Amino acid sequence: MPKSKVFASFPEAVADIPDGSVIGFGGFAVVGMPINLYEALAKQGAKGLTCVSNGTRGGSTMPSDAPTMEGLIGNDQVAKVICSFTAPTRASQKLVFSEYYQKGLIEAELVPQGTLAERLRAAGAGIPAFYTPAAVGTELAEGRETRVFNGREYLLEEALPLDYAFIRAWQADSSGNLRFRRSQRNFNPLMAMAAKVTIVEVEEDFLPLGAIDPDDVHLPGIYVQRMVKVPPPPEGRWPQRPGEIAKQEAERSAR
Amino acid sequence: MSDGAKGLSRQQMCDRLAMEFEDGWVVNLGIGIPTLCSNFDFGDKQIIFHAENGVIGYGPLTGAGKEDLHLVNAGGQHVTLNPGAAIVHHADSFGLIRSGRIDVTVLGAYEVAENGDFANWKMAGQKGGGIGGAMDLAACAKHVFVAMEQVTRNGRPRLVERCAIPVTAKGVVNLVITNYGLFAITPDGMALREIAPGVSVDEVKATTGCNLLIPSEVPPVKSRS
Repeated sequence: MPKSKVFASFPEAVADIPDGSVIGFGGFAVVGMPINLYEALAKQGAKGLTCVSNGTRGGSTMPSDAPTMEGLIGNDQVAKVICSFTAPTRASQKLVFSEYYQKGLIEAELVPQGTLAERLRAAGAGIPAFYTPAAVGTELAEGRETRVFNGREYLLEEALPLDYAFIRAWQADSSGNLRFRRSQRNFNPLMAMAAKVTIVEVEEDFLPLGAIDPDDVHLPGIYVQRMVKVPPPPEGRWPQRPGEIAKQEAERSAR
Repeated sequence: MSDGAKGLSRQQMCDRLAMEFEDGWVVNLGIGIPTLCSNFDFGDKQIIFHAENGVIGYGPLTGAGKEDLHLVNAGGQHVTLNPGAAIVHHADSFGLIRSGRIDVTVLGAYEVAENGDFANWKMAGQKGGGIGGAMDLAACAKHVFVAMEQVTRNGRPRLVERCAIPVTAKGVVNLVITNYGLFAITPDGMALREIAPGVSVDEVKATTGCNLLIPSEVPPVKSRS
């Protein structure tokens, strides 16, 4: 009987993450974002991390105090980010990342979103590099290798392997077979496929083996090493409705 | 405009671009002004809206309190799904973008040049930037439409000879709507196709930073197809 993949708590699941790890975080806007794992890693305190994600925050549809990569940056845990956004999406948005980046305290690699997804997929598929038409002719392609196929120019991009993937899923069975709901899937399976160790926060109670039909598995358990069930609020972190967020933000600013 | 600027409102701008969508087209709308294209009444035309996060076939925004917290569009707004919708992961979502399955992408921009170059990911002198899916979409969609204001907040033209800030993609823009009119990028340069009510051709010329091909009679911007 192999060791159980189920961990009792988020701190236990991230306890051994060493300094200097390359960690990919799933999620797009707040959906599918591993907010409990972000929080646990901020408490765990590993430093010199390279963090890979679509952006350093989750867009406007999340509470200002929600744990994201921003918390790790403000905690001086991050050496470098690899993202498709390294600037606020709106002028009014203030990012901890921007403050650190302006001061030269953090490195950043800006990658087109589709290239980021494909670099992760390639790492998970045993492909070291590929050519893409995205970013050809832009500042991002300056000084880099391009090649013409069938009369069109393409840019060489390398796979992006990860030490760890932190992801969030809807359902899991005890072997780690996962299902995502609606747009929760986004980067989550790709982060897992690119990583040596995948840690999942799971929304629903763990299902027994065989409860998920093999045809319905979105990510096979062979990609998953550790899982934690997200406790109900307030102990566990859950996405909230925009109305609830607005109410909380108003209360916060009134204080 | 809600802010008192001249010409078309943002919704009117997006309505004009949406009239160009053909039955069965797969459409990707950038965040900001372009999202308003989905408010257009397409009548009998079937339009499939695709979002970068892998949602194919989303519908209108959800009402307050009715949000599905697992479902957002590319702008992070809670949306509904139309019958027949499908969901894929991010790599498949961009696989269908790069393989040419998006008929049109509508993007916002800081500048569009007369040669079809455009810039929308980095302002002058900015450290870092926000690309999101714009470079993949601009390089690979069958049509690239831009929706933006005619001039910057400081009154400088956004339609220019050459982009002064880093480009998102080169030579890809087909059609531009601003509050002043509809412009097409042609092999001969930038052409004024239609003009907003209340705006004169001289006003368009004075606020455009490149040569314009102007027909002797410029029709008004179509308000309904």
